[in-house]
Order: sequence, then C-alpha cells, then structure tokens
Amino acid sequence: MYRIGIDIGSTAAKAAVLDENNQLVYTVVMPTGFNGVEAAHRLADDLDAHGYDTNELPTVATGYGRVSVPYADKTITEITCHGMGADYLFGEDGLVIDVGGQDTKAILLADGKVKKFVMNDKCAAGTGKFLEVIADRMGVTQEELADLASQGEHTPISSMCTVFAESEVISLVGRGEPRENIANGVIESVVGRVASLTSSMASDQVFLTGGLCENDYVVGRLAHHLNRPVKTAPNARFAGAIGAALNAGN
Amino acid sequence: MAEVIDRHELWASLDMDLETHDVLCSVLPTAFGDTFLSQENRPEGMAFWDMVVADVHGIRPQELVDEQAKGRKVFGTFCTYVPDEVAIACNGIVTGLCGGSQFWVPEGEKYLPADMCPLIKASLGARLGKTCPFFRIADQIVGETTCDGKKKMYEIMAKDVPMHIMELPHQKRDKDVKYFADEIALFGKNVEEVTGVTLTEENLHAAIELINGRRKALARVYETRKNTDVIPISGTDALLMMQIAFFDDPARCTEMANKLADELEQRIADGVSVFPAGTKRILITGTPMAIPNWKLHHIVETSGAAIVCEENCTGTKFFTNLVDEGPTDFAGMYQALAERYMKINCTCFTPNEARIDEVIQLAKDYHVDGVINTNLKFCTTFKTEAPALEKALEDAGIPVLDIETDYTDNDAEQLRTRIGAFVEMLS
Ligand code: SF4
Ligand code: SF4
Repeated sequence: MYRIGIDIGSTAAKAAVLDENNQLVYTVVMPTGFNGVEAAHRLADDLDAHGYDTNELPTVATGYGRVSVPYADKTITEITCHGMGADYLFGEDGLVIDVGGQDTKAILLADGKVKKFVMNDKCAAGTGKFLEVIADRMGVTQEELADLASQGEHTPISSMCTVFAESEVISLVGRGEPRENIANGVIESVVGRVASLTSSMASDQVFLTGGLCENDYVVGRLAHHLNRPVKTAPNARFAGAIGAALNAGN
Repeated sequence: MAEVIDRHELWASLDMDLETHDVLCSVLPTAFGDTFLSQENRPEGMAFWDMVVADVHGIRPQELVDEQAKGRKVFGTFCTYVPDEVAIACNGIVTGLCGGSQFWVPEGEKYLPADMCPLIKASLGARLGKTCPFFRIADQIVGETTCDGKKKMYEIMAKDVPMHIMELPHQKRDKDVKYFADEIALFGKNVEEVTGVTLTEENLHAAIELINGRRKALARVYETRKNTDVIPISGTDALLMMQIAFFDDPARCTEMANKLADELEQRIADGVSVFPAGTKRILITGTPMAIPNWKLHHIVETSGAAIVCEENCTGTKFFTNLVDEGPTDFAGMYQALAERYMKINCTCFTPNEARIDEVIQLAKDYHVDGVINTNLKFCTTFKTEAPALEKALEDAGIPVLDIETDYTDNDAEQLRTRIGAFVEMLS
C-alpha cells in the first residue's frame, strides 16, 4: 500500500509517496501561494490524478501549514519529519541543515532519530526569506542571485535584519557596487548566519535539505563556512514530505 | 462562576484609568478560560485560585484597601530577594507587582527602551498607565539592585511613588551575606517609618515562622509533582497557585496550599492523574512568569507534555530553603534571613554555578524527560547563562530546549512547532 507525506512550507508545498517497500514512487512540488489549505487541495488534486487517492491512503502532514491539510490522518512537526527524511535519504547520522522559506533548522541525528535541534529565532536572517527579499529587490531569481554571487567579490553586508539589509543593498547599488559583489555579500551573510546557528552542534557529516540544496554554489560556500563537506541528495528538498510519508499508517 | 461584583467604584477611588482598564478586564476572562477551564480533571482545590483570578483586580485589592482603612500599610515588591518577613513583622502587607501582560508593555515603552525585558516594561507601564490596582494601592515600593534594567526602571518609577531600594550584593561570599543582613536591618528601619510600628524581636520571629509555614505548604504541593505514577496537578494550575502566592495573605495562602496538597496526596493514593500514563515530564527553568503570563505552560501542556516543576521565581525559588528559626535576637535573625535569601540562585549573581547543580538536581528529583530553559526577550543575564546551563544538562544526558520569548502571541505557532518537535523527540 502507498503512503503519502505532505509538507506545506511557507514558499513551497511538497508531496511524497512511498510504496510498501518504502521506495519513493512519486514527488510533486508547487508554490504554497497565499493559502495553505488551498495548496493542500492542489496537491490532493495532483495526487488523485496520478492514482494516489488522498482520501483512502494513509497521509501525514508536516510543515508550518500542517494543520491546513484536511485529508491528513495526523500532523507531525517538520523537525521530526526532516530528521526522518534525511535519515532515509542519506542513510547515516549527521547534522541536517534545512534552509527554509521562513525559518532555518538544524537537526542533529543519532541512530536515525532527532537528538537535538535548533531553529533560527523569529527573524528572517539566515533564511530563504532573506534571499527572496534581496533577490526580488535586485530583480533576479534566487538561482540567478547565486550565479551572480559566484562571479563576484565579497562585499560585506553587515545588517542582520532583513529590512536593514535591504536598505544596505539599495545604498550599495546606489554607490555603483557591481551586482555580482552585492550578491556575493548576500549569500555570505546567509551562509555565515546558518553556520553560526549550528555552532553548538558537533558532527562530521553535514547534509543540506530544502530548496537551497539544489544550488552548488551555496552548498560550496556552506561547506567553506562550516569547514566540513556538505552533502546533498537529489530529492533532498522532499526530506520533510518523505519523513511525513514514513510516519503515515503507523 | 460566582457573580461578578462591579469594582468600578474601587478602581475610581484608586485614581485608575478606568477606560483603558476596562479593555484589560474584557480580555482577561477569555485568556483565563482558554488556558484554565479547558483543562480536564482539575483538582477541586483549584476553585479557590479560579475565584481569585476571576476577580484578580477586585477581591484582593478590596481587601487591601479595607486593611489600609484600618491603618495597615502595603508594600509592593518585584523580586524574591526582598524579605516579606520584615514588612509583615510590623503589621505590613506585601504584594507582588511584576507585570506579566503585553497589555502594559506599550505604556512602559514610552519611558523605557524597547529592547528591555517585557517584565520591566510591563511593570512600569502598569504603574504609570494607572491600569493596575495593586500598583495604585502600594504605599511603598521596595526595589532591589538585581539586574540593570530594573535598577534604572526604579529610578523612573521613584518619581511617581515612594521607593526604597535594597542593595543586593552580586557575589555570595560570607562578607556579602553579612552585607545583605545589614541591608535587611536597614529595610527594617524603612518599614518602621512607613508603618509606624516598632520592629521587635518577637514580631520578627513570628513573621519568620509565618513565612516558613507558607514555604512548607507550597513545597508540599510541589512534592506531589515528583510522583512518577500520576501527575496530580497540571503545571498550568501549579503556576497559577504560585503566581497568586505573591499577592495573597500569607496565612490564607498557607491554608489553601495545604488543603490542595491534601487533595493531591489523596490523588496519588487513588491513582488519579491529570495526564495519561506515559506523558512526557518537563522541567521549566529560567525567568519568572508573572501573572497573567501562562503562555509557555499552555503551549507545552496542549502539545502532549506535562510540566512538573518550575525552576524560577514563580516556582521553586520562592519557597526552597527555610529561614533558620533558631536565632531570636535581631542580629541572629537578620543573618538567618540573609543566609536563606542569598541561597536563591539568580543569574544576577556571579559566579552562579550553584544554579546549574540545582537545576540538574531538580531534573532528577522530579524525574523529568526534558528541560525547557526559557528567558524573556532581552534578559541579558538569563540569556548569557543559558549555554552553560544547557551544556551541563546535555552532559548529564538530559535533553533541553531553549526558548526565548516575550508576552506577545506573535510567536505562538513557532513555539508550537519547537515544543511539539521537542516532545516528539522525547517520545
Ligand atoms: S529572576 Fe532574579 S531578579 Fe528576577 S525576581 Fe527572581 S531573583 Fe529577582
Ligand atoms: S527577566 Fe531578566 S531582565 Fe527581566 S527583570 Fe528579570 S533579571 Fe531583569
């Protein structure tokens, strides 16, 4: 029997389907948009259309919008689901870092279970939100921002606060600083913040999940700041949904 | 619930801002109902505290005003280091004043920097905004040199109300304890002036016995929370009892707490628990939770865990350690008082390693599965001490979650995620 995991994040809504052998048979991602309930319905339509009946199959919801999934049998926090999903994807213990749209989490796995976790405080510094705001301001996508950054030289962005950082970027633009350099400073700021968030969590292995893991440049910079190799996996952005599916039907 | 008495006349006589205060009165019952009355299987003894809190700005303030009419004086305090015994010895009444609601914060921010802890901002806001009867009733406010924020806030408050400041040393050497004994004697002089009653060795000793009695009664209630078979009272209810202990008449507080302890002991004998077997047990450590701050307790206890102990000033720090009743002369009693109060392990002391040992001991005594260490936003001392405390807990094999929060509800969902994940992690 199939099992479904739904992960309603602040920017992206994801679903993952596992078969009875725990093989990942289907994934889908779409923008969350304004309304988590509506995103959950869109995911259900997609899953139903692919033959995974959300009303019949065991379903677990996670993510910040986990309570807005009416067809889920239960909800589990994204920390637990990300931990289990990372264990599934990487198959070893380590430090899982997830840079999400609204918050950044770091989860230490021991024996495949969450041993400790931290989340950034209620502030956008070091989260995907920070990148989103600045990328918007510079009129590029987040991927383009990372590409630009890879060609630039480091220009420090000193403000931790997204609102102040945004005005700092505006004044850098006004001063004629090349976009590449600004982008570089922005990525360094996020990555540095993520690294300091995880400073209390010792681990040789680091895994990056969530949307940012598909960007090689960001992964490389994170490895540099952490002084350790950072691994990703092809389906790492589905870690939360996979973790939720692993919990479905138990 | 009992019929609500209209208290506007009382509040008007206290020169309160009635219009603004009505706003507060209109939200409190909902907050209370959502947090307390939604709980199941509460001890019957809680009816007393429910009644007090349902009319929190009425019942006790009316009593205080009535006592003032008979010539008694009311002392308002902010900190568990201020010895109630001295004021009580001279027939004074002590009432806690710490502000625990966001309602008072904006008023406080008119006079204080925004990046100051909400407890300090709310306390000043409640006094200057004229929206708390206890602040209006107090004849004398007793501050103390604990954290910098409070010290500077007292300077502002002192322009509006008589203020006595006790100097609290920030180390715990013998000479510091001796110093604090002298400060207590000085406070005694102040109390004599305010009350017009002479402090005698007899009335001071009687007050020491009275307050020790209150400590023992509250400790009895906490003792029942150590039981591993049943959890006879929710953390939310126990916190309410502690919060009201700061305001209530000590003899009545003792009586009610003892009655509650009887009932809880009976619950243990009968196997009656508020939570299902296997519910994860949590120790809360950190900054005080002044009434009506029930935020963390409510979130934790509606996320599948139970709070079985609070290591804070609205918890164990209020009643742990008795004053030695042996000495009967002034010098001996001041020293005994100083010794007891200086055993409180507040983060305003340096070094403060005894607190770490105390927390680990509490975690063991209360058989907890995890610790939630929390500090109010912008509290420098608790925040700075947190990593050392948390590392020591981890080294002792006790899982710990760090939470920094304030009085607003903005972060409620984030807290639900963190606390929910912590509880899942413990399972
Ligand atoms: S936390 Fe420290 S300063 Fe605050 S009431 Fe307690 S002892 Fe006093
Ligand atoms: S919580 Fe911290 S900052 Fe606030 S009054 Fe207490 S010690 Fe001072």
